Amino acid sequence: MRYELPKEEFLYSGHIGCPGCGASLAMRYALQALGKKTMVVIPACCWSTVGGFFPSTSLKVPILHTAFETAAITASGVKKGLLAQGIEDVQVMAWAGDGGTFDIGLQALSGSAERNDDIIYVCYDNEAYMNTGIQRSSATPFLSWTTTTPNPVFKDTPKKDIMEIMAAHRIPYAATATPSFPEDFLEKMRKAKQVKGLRFIHILSSCPPGWKFPSELSVKISRLAVETKVFPLYEIENGRKYTLTVEPKGLPVGEYLKLQGRFGHLTEKMIQAIQANVDEEWSILREKVRGTRREAKGKAKGRNGQKGKGERGTGRESP
Amino acid sequence: MERVISGNEAVAYGAMLSRVQIIPAYPISPQTTIVEALSDFCGSGKLKADFIKVESEHSAMACCIGAASAGARTFTATSAQGLALMHEVLHWAAGSRLPIVMANVNRAMAAPWTMWCDQGDSLSQRDTGWLQFYCEDNQEVLDSIIMAYRISEKVLLPSMVCLDGFILSHTYEQVDIPDIKEVDRYLPSYVPKFKLDVDDPHSFNGAFLPDVYMEQRVKLQEAMEQAKSEARAADEEFGKAFGRRYGIMEEYAAEDADVLLVTRGTITGTARVVVDDYRKKGEKVGLLKMKMFRPFPTEEVRRVLQKVRKVAVIDRNISFGATGIFAQEIRSVLHQHGEGTSVFGFIAGLGGRDVTPGVLQEIVEQVKGKEAPEGDIVWMGVKP
Repeated sequence: MRYELPKEEFLYSGHIGCPGCGASLAMRYALQALGKKTMVVIPACCWSTVGGFFPSTSLKVPILHTAFETAAITASGVKKGLLAQGIEDVQVMAWAGDGGTFDIGLQALSGSAERNDDIIYVCYDNEAYMNTGIQRSSATPFLSWTTTTPNPVFKDTPKKDIMEIMAAHRIPYAATATPSFPEDFLEKMRKAKQVKGLRFIHILSSCPPGWKFPSELSVKISRLAVETKVFPLYEIENGRKYTLTVEPKGLPVGEYLKLQGRFGHLTEKMIQAIQANVDEEWSILREKVRGTRREAKGKAKGRNGQKGKGERGTGRESP
Repeated sequence: MERVISGNEAVAYGAMLSRVQIIPAYPISPQTTIVEALSDFCGSGKLKADFIKVESEHSAMACCIGAASAGARTFTATSAQGLALMHEVLHWAAGSRLPIVMANVNRAMAAPWTMWCDQGDSLSQRDTGWLQFYCEDNQEVLDSIIMAYRISEKVLLPSMVCLDGFILSHTYEQVDIPDIKEVDRYLPSYVPKFKLDVDDPHSFNGAFLPDVYMEQRVKLQEAMEQAKSEARAADEEFGKAFGRRYGIMEEYAAEDADVLLVTRGTITGTARVVVDDYRKKGEKVGLLKMKMFRPFPTEEVRRVLQKVRKVAVIDRNISFGATGIFAQEIRSVLHQHGEGTSVFGFIAGLGGRDVTPGVLQEIVEQVKGKEAPEGDIVWMGVKP
């Protein structure tokens, strides 16, 4: 069945994102899913300027730019301010990069998550400080080159697991997404819209200048991240219920890495080390997904002896 | 209604009577009882507001910015380290032109750890674009919170109302708590000129290129200038409604003074006693109480000080490597306009050391005996 994208657009041409920018595509899809009654809070990140410099804006929804480390709490403040005036039908979306989420904004995000503030927090993760010109963040992957992890001192620690950090807050909804799987992305945003409380969407945002690949490969590389299990697409409900939403093909990680200049220095041994890490992370996630299915099955059997709703792991049940 | 309340309770009553809608706050001594009182007001339904227990002062101010951008009346309170942590977002609040009001309970800065009063914390924030008001007693604290909303919402700049830690925050005084209906007439509901609106979408605080940034700064400065007249108007209207006035500054026996003390905060109350004693003896000692520090009432201060031969500025703060901050500002005001006025700068009461009538008398005596100051700073009561 052909998937129909929403017709109404909220990101107009004229934005100044780089050619092939995953974050621009992600914003387009996110707003299509959420619709007109959405306000966006943007801390320091590429999107501080992607929408245009004053007095231009390429977004057809209200935008509030804010300090680097404050995306979550500023969005919470907007939501509270609207509620104080009796405005209940507006979604407030924080839209931050990996630096503003994994690093400098983590404290405020944790605060909002612990209070379960009623916002959608989107991290578009391009795996380094790209707005300032490719400096490593705690989202930068193992063995990646950046300007602050130059040859030969490439990133020597793994990427921080932000999804597990958010799951540990027991927020009602957390999901990963990529703009290369738009159906999955839009469904997750729509699902998030129906949930109350803090909803966290982690988007892998392919970045041609930062990852060093030609812009026309942006969607392909984004798909390969999923198919190689480097960035699995899944969701976590209430910090407990894990559901895989796209079954990856399980291609070798080399297929993903070899297209990107930031991994151009990798030896076969280094690629094997990355493959081992990806396999290990995947098996941990797989076990959590299976555990969720077993639990759902057990509950369903205990109830009526029939197959449980969550058993097939579509993740499309209404929350 | 007359009640005996602490300075911190006066802050909380001021916020409640202003019908604030969003209160994000984080506890810090000696501000904490403000947070507790407001929490209680919200919990018991006395105040219909959302009290948000944020995880830091930085987030408290960021939350105020979000809520005020959405169009709500917001309030928070802090002290010292908390205010310093907010520093970045104080700039954001002013640059966003949001009429947020905050109480700062003046406490000296670490290191080393200290909990007690001086005004170095708020004076360190003087260039952030916030209006600043300093209070002498608990009544002035309560009244200043209400007036601050009226001024801020006129000029679209945030206000900081400062009270001396412990000396006011934890001291109980008789305070007239105005009837909320009268406050409603004085301070109507906040109607934002600009706010986030899905039916009229705009981008707020987006990047400015060099061809427009300076103009935005000019507008901020113009709003500061306008705040002087709005503060005077707010004070006059407050006087009509509630029978109390403070002015943006106050001259006390200043007219013919040979020596004029310049104070703010609680030292003012002590200085009044000292001035009275000298006057009883027939000595011409006077007082200028500075209530408003930002915007600085340049013309008004100059008008008063030009007529005085000797001015003793008492600073409960120090700008390291320079002088007391008020002394600096006053010397700058008199520059080229007050050749006949000598400005003596005294640093007193840092980290909660008492500034007693004796300390102030010593200052007066020192100034009486000298034609001009021997240096830029005289430290009062420092152990050898």
